[in-house]
Amino acid sequence: MSSHSESIIREPLITGKNITYNQITEDVLRPVENMPGKAWWIGFTAASIGAMLWVVAISYTFWFGLGEWGLNKTVGWAWDITGFVWWVGIGHAGTLISAVLLLFRQNWRNSINRSAEAMTIFAVICAATYIAAHMGRPWMAAFCLPLPNQYGSLWVNWNSPLIWDVFAISTYFSVSLVFWYTGLLPDIATIRDRATGLRRRIYSVMSFGWTGSVKTWQRFETVSLILAGISTPLVLSVHTIVSMDFATSLEPGWHTTIFPPYFVAGAIFSGFAMVQTLLLVTRKVLGLENYITMFHIESMNKIILVTGSIVGVAYITEFFIAYYSGGEYEQYTFLNRFTGPYWWAGCMMYGCNVLMTQMMWSKKVRTNIAISWVLSIIVNIGMWFERFVIIVVSLHRDYIPSSWAMFYPTWVDVSVFIGSIGIFFTMFLLFLRVLPAVAMAEVKLILKSSSEQAKKKLIDEGHLDPAQVEFYKKSLIKFDSVEQSDYEKV
Amino acid sequence: MSSTKYILGVFDDPDDLMHGIDKLQAKSVSIYDVYSPCPIHGIDAKLGIKDSRLGYAAFMFGCLGGSIMFSMVYYMLTHDWPINIGGKNYFPIPNFVPVTFEWTVLWTAFGMTFTFFFATHLFPGRTPRVMDLRATDDKFVLAIDARVNGAHDDITNLLKEAGAVEVKHNERKYVSYE
Repeated sequence: MSSHSESIIREPLITGKNITYNQITEDVLRPVENMPGKAWWIGFTAASIGAMLWVVAISYTFWFGLGEWGLNKTVGWAWDITGFVWWVGIGHAGTLISAVLLLFRQNWRNSINRSAEAMTIFAVICAATYIAAHMGRPWMAAFCLPLPNQYGSLWVNWNSPLIWDVFAISTYFSVSLVFWYTGLLPDIATIRDRATGLRRRIYSVMSFGWTGSVKTWQRFETVSLILAGISTPLVLSVHTIVSMDFATSLEPGWHTTIFPPYFVAGAIFSGFAMVQTLLLVTRKVLGLENYITMFHIESMNKIILVTGSIVGVAYITEFFIAYYSGGEYEQYTFLNRFTGPYWWAGCMMYGCNVLMTQMMWSKKVRTNIAISWVLSIIVNIGMWFERFVIIVVSLHRDYIPSSWAMFYPTWVDVSVFIGSIGIFFTMFLLFLRVLPAVAMAEVKLILKSSSEQAKKKLIDEGHLDPAQVEFYKKSLIKFDSVEQSDYEKV
Repeated sequence: MSSTKYILGVFDDPDDLMHGIDKLQAKSVSIYDVYSPCPIHGIDAKLGIKDSRLGYAAFMFGCLGGSIMFSMVYYMLTHDWPINIGGKNYFPIPNFVPVTFEWTVLWTAFGMTFTFFFATHLFPGRTPRVMDLRATDDKFVLAIDARVNGAHDDITNLLKEAGAVEVKHNERKYVSYE
């Protein structure tokens, strides 16, 4: 609502002086309309080398078969499914930001939703590569689908969470893609109307002929709201179903009813950590400090803290229930996480995810960019180890001690994993190069109500409660993009 | 009669544009459309544009998708090839919930979005019908059909009074590309 002025005690979502609508366009489109800088090329080169490593490793897997991975008959599921769940989890933050925060009217989502959604899509693509890869014979992938066949027809087993997963992940991917691309249309139109020649033609095709008329905007907002409404239960269902891949088995360590909420919280946790990892760098390199402000960083850190604590409670509950159940296999599995040969993996999991994130109770930590970035990496590592512990450590010592084994990854395992990170960053860097990293239209929408300059104007007009103004000025101190001296005399 | 087809009032500020609409409507000038770089809340009511009915489309598509999936699973698992799994029910409804839910969401999303594209004439490669190229950047453009409304000079003055930074008398409807 352009004519509505927001309460002064809310922190600004756009900082800086003299930010006009045109200034937003210029700032956001700078990386799209100019040749990329050195930082981009270095990142892109490193990422593409990683992506090529993936191509080599995956081709090797397809050519020689799954025997090239370190799997054995005790640990029959290891880095592939760990990587899959890790990536799917990371892919949860984008939709959470774009959908759940839209439903809760959290306007700070407006400047981070675009890149977070892009990240979601790329993370789900990385997850999907693992599904194809661990089939061993990916040309048989069509057997996941209920297609008529010569065996009866023998249909897929609809009782199995693995089949639910096929539908959940594919639905999640395609709905996220639709949500993301529909949101991109107005911004692609902006690039189109500023470009010339071939670029204009390409962006013209991509913009679907967007004009920004009243009816288009009205329908656009309806579509966004309904997509948010259906994506919210969707995002919860996806990781619930991923957790059921494990929870419906009879394996100690997997067979727990707490898995669905525990996995969903963990997914949001790791997803926000990845958003933080990417955005803290993107904001600096692309100079978006005025749009992705300290308020955004702190808000994301708070979500990381909350979800990390939920994950911590889930860990404690798991241990308690293992003790309380009286099942000795169950109890052994959980003790084995600390006392067995994989004690170091258990320590990484509990240490990174629970202990380290508790540091975020301190406001100094939450508003320190360097520490936040390091912590986000630690969370990413911790969440990888969480999946590794749940999967490999639960499997490696089963009911018969004679079949106990360790899992040793081969160079193919490692290369597929590192390669998938390369693919992820290749796609993300290409995205930054060709599409706007911030949803310009949505940021323009809040410029007149939630920007620092609008609030400054209100203060200068002087009809506000001085106590509230004082509160507002105090909240500005943490911002690295606010000129503090402007507020000394006011 | 002049050769002007459309009068465009170009505004820097959406609030000025909203005042402009009030002023024009007070003089019974009909407004063709408004083009803006971001949504302007409340403008649809002012221009008498009815609420979007896409929600109904979304609901219908959701019902359709859910029904299709549920019927398909029922046919395959219960009717066509029932499998005896430990003597359990051949019609395990709870097991049908996840996939039915997923397809409800899938069909809602795609059905509604494609209805939106269809109704708004959005598709890859459509030639953009743009009246002013800055309307996707920083200008809020109010378009008045010059052939329906007379007294062009009065309209120009009204727009200027309301705060239009520029008033254009265009002889072509769209700034076409090549």
